Amino acid sequence: MTADRPLLEVNDLKKHFPIHGGLLGGVTAKVYAVDGVSFDIRRGETLSLVGESGCGKSTVGKAILRLFKLTDGEVRLDGERIDNMPAGKLRMMRKRIQVVFQDPFSSLNPRMKVRDILAEPLINFGMPHRAAEIGALMDKVRLPRDAINRFPHEFSGGQRQRIGIARALAPGADLIICDEAVSALDVSVKAQIINLLADLQDELGLALLFISHDLATVEHLTHRVAVMYLGKIVELTDRRTLFARSHHPYTRALLSAVPVPDPLAKRNRIILKGDVPSPINPPSGCRFHTRCPFVFDRCKIEEPLLRSVGVGHMSACHLDEIPGGQVVPGTA
Amino acid sequence: MSATFSAAPDLPGILPVPKERGRIGGFIYRHPAIAIGGALVLLMILIAIFAPYLGTRDPTSLAPAKRTREPPMPLDWLNYWLGLDGRPRNADYWFGSDMLGRDVYSRVLYGSRVSLMVGFSVAFCASIVGTTIGLCAGFIRGLDAVVMRVMDGLMSIPPILLAIALMALTRASVQNVIVAISIAEFPRVCRLVRGVVLSLREQPYVEAAIASGTRVPVIIWKHILPNTLAPLMVQATFICASAMITEATLSFIGAGTPPIIPSWGNIMAEGRALWQVKPYIVFFPAIFLSITVLSVNLLGDGLRDALDPRLAKRL
Repeated sequence: MTADRPLLEVNDLKKHFPIHGGLLGGVTAKVYAVDGVSFDIRRGETLSLVGESGCGKSTVGKAILRLFKLTDGEVRLDGERIDNMPAGKLRMMRKRIQVVFQDPFSSLNPRMKVRDILAEPLINFGMPHRAAEIGALMDKVRLPRDAINRFPHEFSGGQRQRIGIARALAPGADLIICDEAVSALDVSVKAQIINLLADLQDELGLALLFISHDLATVEHLTHRVAVMYLGKIVELTDRRTLFARSHHPYTRALLSAVPVPDPLAKRNRIILKGDVPSPINPPSGCRFHTRCPFVFDRCKIEEPLLRSVGVGHMSACHLDEIPGGQVVPGTA
Repeated sequence: MSATFSAAPDLPGILPVPKERGRIGGFIYRHPAIAIGGALVLLMILIAIFAPYLGTRDPTSLAPAKRTREPPMPLDWLNYWLGLDGRPRNADYWFGSDMLGRDVYSRVLYGSRVSLMVGFSVAFCASIVGTTIGLCAGFIRGLDAVVMRVMDGLMSIPPILLAIALMALTRASVQNVIVAISIAEFPRVCRLVRGVVLSLREQPYVEAAIASGTRVPVIIWKHILPNTLAPLMVQATFICASAMITEATLSFIGAGTPPIIPSWGNIMAEGRALWQVKPYIVFFPAIFLSITVLSVNLLGDGLRDALDPRLAKRL
């Protein structure tokens, strides 16, 4: 194993959900939720996965967590494949990848005390779970230690999200998947939780996969961003490049939709026409061609590949191949 | 015009002042159905337990000379207590005697033992079996379709017919009645539990438990089962009431509890031939059965209202 090997490598990940129907319950169609996604995450790095709802970003997170079997592709943790791991080994691997969910109300069992919620992963992995260890977890997420004997309903949304983060920290994970972890929170609480995550990342060297639909949130804590559209990554780059020189028309449309806190600011909104096509029957060629303002013939036939367009900058658009075809941001 | 403000006038009683109620008083006020139903069920349980000490005689001893004694009327008792009249006729037979001279009062009180035992045992057995199968069906995808089609099949047969058929296969005894009615009732529990499991297993806290390496049996025990208890309890009370009726029906048509054991169904079955001339033999067990079933149903309704968070929030 080389020292610079990424913590997590995802290669051509696919997840198709069958739709059962008919008299005998046979498979009548498939939802192409995730259709060939590749990326990697290094230790201590934050990768954000952004896109509209229904683009498959949460499915990617759940696939890495192995909450279901993959249709195709491979996922490696420290070079070891985890997508086809046998159940016994998988259970111990789960120690290293943890999750924080969006809804702080349904992600904690209402009938368990905080102490038991935090002890559960510790018990599962045979780690000590005395009051001292659980108190230390409460310290890490800046909650009072004496709150461990309370039930989740006695906490506010932000506090519950901290409990969810403490649970994810409990087994000493290397990678935490934050599935819309701050989307359900108020702006002020959101900022606190983002700061907490950033502090924890510095303290513990955590890698974060931050799944979000909100680019403004992502901007504050991410190192790199992957933009997803209909089950595919359309652009993958570091934060600065994304916000300054993004290539893909979809990324630029997303960026133009981020609210700017200045009512007088001149904005060049790119308004996309229509809705996201159904992932049951995705469009041919480039999946974005039905809504792309720069669409041309080739887009409807040939699917663009994710190609390198700069240092650490990947984009999947036919325009990238045309010299000067890139529309400069701001003129769109 | 005066510059001073007068004191605020007493507000008319737009907002009712909450009345001071004690803990028990407050509970009765908030959940009258549970209080009334629970009290009546408790009363029936006490009657069944203390039947030998409530002025009863041996419910099976025959007295051919004292057949079909009619019970005294309430007016007779009133006149007696007011001193207007002597002790009423047949004062020893509060509910009268049947065609074999057995005391109906004693038989009805002892009969409550069979009814309550069958009701509670069926509720318990059907809940245990139904919950176990429902949990498995809800959690194991491959099992779900097969098990639920079998349950649909069982549910398509009316419970009473299924119980009759099962009783026809075995010897008449209270245990067999319990087994037969439990088999007829448990698919409902199974369907209920499976539905709850299907909705709970998609909850983020269950997914988080899977992601933190919790084994499936522990997930079922710690995360799923506690959250199925509320609907299960409600369903169990309804099964209890329905089982008591089924037991009485089976006994009435002679396919249930053996005739030697007094049960409400048996007493009614035996009084059936005489019901036009001696209606009290049927009347007393019937009124006890009705009150018991009503109170169990009332308790179930109250529990459902109290435990269902959507209904409990109402003012």
